[in-house]
Amino acid sequence: MSENKCIELEDVNFHYNGNPVLEHVSFSVKAGEYLGIIGPNGGGKTTLLKIILGLLRPDSGVVKIFGQISDELEKRYRIGYVPQKASQAEFYFPATVEEIVKSGRTARAGLFRRYKEEDYKAVEKAMEIAGIAENRGQLISKLSGGERQRVFIARTLAGEPKILILDEPAVGVDIASQEKFYAFLTYLNRELGITIIFVSHDVGVIADEVNTVLCLNHRLICHGSPERFIKEEFLEEVYGKKVTSVFHRH
Amino acid sequence: MLEIFQYDFLLRAFTAGIIIAVIAPMIGIFLVVRRYSLLADTLAHVSLAGAAVGILTKSQPALTAILFSVLSVFGIERLRSAKKIFGESALALFLWGGLAGAVVILGLAKGFNVNLFAYLFGSITTVSSGDLYLVAALGAVILLLISACYKEFFFISFDEELAEVSGVNTRGLNLTLLIMAAVTVSLSMRIVGVLLIGALMVIPVITAMQFNRSFRQTLFLSVIISLLSVITGLFLSYYFDLASGGTIVLTALAIFLMSLFISREN
Repeated sequence: MSENKCIELEDVNFHYNGNPVLEHVSFSVKAGEYLGIIGPNGGGKTTLLKIILGLLRPDSGVVKIFGQISDELEKRYRIGYVPQKASQAEFYFPATVEEIVKSGRTARAGLFRRYKEEDYKAVEKAMEIAGIAENRGQLISKLSGGERQRVFIARTLAGEPKILILDEPAVGVDIASQEKFYAFLTYLNRELGITIIFVSHDVGVIADEVNTVLCLNHRLICHGSPERFIKEEFLEEVYGKKVTSVFHRH
Repeated sequence: MLEIFQYDFLLRAFTAGIIIAVIAPMIGIFLVVRRYSLLADTLAHVSLAGAAVGILTKSQPALTAILFSVLSVFGIERLRSAKKIFGESALALFLWGGLAGAVVILGLAKGFNVNLFAYLFGSITTVSSGDLYLVAALGAVILLLISACYKEFFFISFDEELAEVSGVNTRGLNLTLLIMAAVTVSLSMRIVGVLLIGALMVIPVITAMQFNRSFRQTLFLSVIISLLSVITGLFLSYYFDLASGGTIVLTALAIFLMSLFISREN
């Protein structure tokens, strides 16, 4: 089992201004998994992502990516990240869809190197998979929220990542686009074999789509199948009593 | 040949002007899209203090100006990343500090009559052949760096966090960009003057942005607009005996107004 673990965290702790954000967090993600991380706002989800991505360093504990200690990780572009701001509206930046998608290939192409044949092919393929090839010449500022979200996914796919990490990707996107979007993520996971980590505060969405749920409120509250998560009433522990009444419990 | 080019000093001014016209918007575009346009003005005032030190010590004002503005980049970045004050406030501190320092040092050097006007507003008659070599050499380095790291500069300008996550050296590239801005500003001082350098870095870029093109096309368009402004401005300033910097910037503004008109028509 251990050889196909792509992310491993051992006893990770993180404090911010003296307040504990993450306490004794340990888990691992297998290659090909579709993991949903849920938890209340302020429960440490984004911090956890930033630690996995190498943007923050834990106070203690070990983070390994592809078996390498995170700090020493080479070829960081193997972890693709779709930031939360992808779906935010304000993008008055003079750039076309194709230019944005191509930028996702920067690290893989390397400093001082021009794009080669393989880079152009990867960019082309990413635009096709995300269904935005026909928008290539359009300015990013002229797109809708849903289209823009696909551009940002394509940008990440252009770097041909092994792991795709998405932070609240559905914020600001209408329901119809959201459904298409989740189907698209499932396709990436099943057909292309990309490991996906999806962070959301929306419990319903995550339970339907993912094959593993991890819930986080400063510490790890549960880690297992979505069925187990719903059945064992972890919701109360994560969100507190008031919120639990909203969910239909069987 | 045109009468204007019979004078060596004018030929030098034109050559230096053209080089600066090319590099100023190439740096400027990365500042504009990151909402950091004020940086150019700040560096210009620090450059003035540097030039004043050069005049006081009777060394090369062009070199001391570059030295001061490059050093200030490290100071600004440090203040900004320490997050004790806003990035904009850091710029303001250096802007006033530079201007105050320049005034005091120029006073000591008794440089008010001779040099101040030329430095503030640009004076094409003061471009020496040494200045021209410096502009040409550093201009070539900047052009080379921008074309070599174009995709990186684009990436960090559009999404710095993602660039960092994917393993791009954002710190190094940011510093390179700011140092290039500092050098460009110091070099431009002779042509457009301290008070107007920022305008040459910013106005052609926002003009080009009115045409809703890709980033690459916007970049080329801004260089063309900048060249047009500098060449037209220098001709006008020679034939009508006007201040070169002001004439160049007014030309750039006229083109901007035209672009608003044209983009509305479309």
